[in-house]
Amino acid sequence: MRFMMLMIPKGYENAAPGSMPDAEAVAAMMKYNEALQKAGVLLALDGLHPPSMGARVSFDGGKPKVTDGPFAEAKEVVGGYWMIQVKSKEEAIEWASRCPASANEVIEIRQVQEFSDFPADVQEAAAGFSEMQAEAGQRRET
Amino acid sequence: MTACATHRAIDAVWRIESARIIASLARMVRDVGLAEELAQDALVIALERWPESGIPDNPGAWLMAAAKHRALDHLRRKKLLERKHEEFGRELEVQQELAVDDVDTAPDDDIGDDLLRLVFTACHPVLSTEARVALTLRLLGGLATDEIARAFLVPEPTVAQRIVRAKRTLAEARVPFEVPRRDELAARLAAVLQVLYLVFNEGYSSTAGDDWIRPALCEEALRLGRILAELAPQEPEVHGLVALMEIQASRTRARIGPSGEPILLLEQNRARWDQLLIRRGLAALERAEALGGAFGPYALQAAIAACHARARTSEETDWARIAALYDALAQLAPSPVVELNRAVALAMAFGPAAGLELVDALTSEPTLKGYHLLPSVRGDLLAKLDRLDEARAEFEHAASLTRNERERELLLERARACARGSAPPEPR
Repeated sequence: MRFMMLMIPKGYENAAPGSMPDAEAVAAMMKYNEALQKAGVLLALDGLHPPSMGARVSFDGGKPKVTDGPFAEAKEVVGGYWMIQVKSKEEAIEWASRCPASANEVIEIRQVQEFSDFPADVQEAAAGFSEMQAEAGQRRET
Repeated sequence: MTACATHRAIDAVWRIESARIIASLARMVRDVGLAEELAQDALVIALERWPESGIPDNPGAWLMAAAKHRALDHLRRKKLLERKHEEFGRELEVQQELAVDDVDTAPDDDIGDDLLRLVFTACHPVLSTEARVALTLRLLGGLATDEIARAFLVPEPTVAQRIVRAKRTLAEARVPFEVPRRDELAARLAAVLQVLYLVFNEGYSSTAGDDWIRPALCEEALRLGRILAELAPQEPEVHGLVALMEIQASRTRARIGPSGEPILLLEQNRARWDQLLIRRGLAALERAEALGGAFGPYALQAAIAACHARARTSEETDWARIAALYDALAQLAPSPVVELNRAVALAMAFGPAAGLELVDALTSEPTLKGYHLLPSVRGDLLAKLDRLDEARAEFEHAASLTRNERERELLLERARACARGSAPPEPR
């Protein structure tokens, strides 16, 4: 089973553009990342710049409307993620519990959907989905 | 938390920690089998206490400390019996470790060394291949006996016995708990890699998804392979094997049709290949090559798999490169099956006549006598060369050899097409 662990740092919704965690926190996090890697469960990971460098497009009334970050309404935003492969949700929770996170950080654990999770009609509607994944993967590679 | 939820949580901790705990204890008591039993004791204590007391803040460290206490008790009892200085020294060592015991502060290198020793012990040459597989899954994968039994479709008592006997063999042969010396490292490492690949293939060759544990063996082998790559990062063949497994695993979703029928590589919907695993596989292959391991047997097979992985359609496959890689593999690890694959690659790259020459040479090969793919490939090449009568005979022969109903039907259909005088459409 694959799980995405989403890191949600409180306050990140208002962080200034380009703000970075301090080196000490990063060093501790790297130790944790290494532990995931040495346990053979880490598939991928990334950190995200704060929302003040991003934008949101909303669709009130069916029309796209662009809001530049930071987002006044946002209570929490994602700061980064890990993709892990483990045997159970409990194992994902156990790994998340070991993260050297600070008091204002939350990790959300979400299982990755497999195509076979979908009922037949959704599988049909999503027929091109895996093609897209392949296509995207191919581009990232070249 | 309910007792059931606690048990599931303990399972998760055990899966993460068991190998490290067993490895550490094995260094202390110098007996892998005993180390496993002591670690199991600690697990039992956790299963008894945690539902009551709740899961401790650092469950890994708790289990490790409980296990070391068990080891200490054991060494004390043994010392009373034998009064040996050596044990006394070890007891002190364990006491010191316990005094500063904390998994977080334990230098990870030591754990890594212990784990590597455990890998080599579980795959020691005094053990049969079956015993190595069972012991590896048990000690390193943390799998229960019944899980291993279900995975390999053998009765549980058989696996239990296999493990007991393997532990006894290791103890009686006084197998040292160590990483082999430089001069024997390559041979021993090959045995370790063979075990991992065996486990992987056991899961990969099972097509049915009704029992999750068989496909889960692929994940387990991959996980152990990735761990080994971290423990022995300088060994190119470890990365070669990981690359091969990552790329093969990337095709899992595309290998089986809606009614459970196997789908051959060239017919697979490549969109369903897992690009994340392919990228990881290609990266592992690069590591193997960067370490000078491009011509190791696993790296070569991974390089062949990578050629398929890189081709966006089967028509884009770089068959000339695959043929060259099979040439190298045939020299390094010659086998009739490799030769047959090389023949297919040659035919795809340079035309059916080039492949047929090689296939003809294999027809007298005794080990391929009952192998349906040989006449199947030969029939295919003959049909392409418009020698339809001979092709028909080959397809019929192949049909009589295969045990797969759907494949037999396909082969007979091709034979009938040859009889009608039309070169049959290629199913490959």
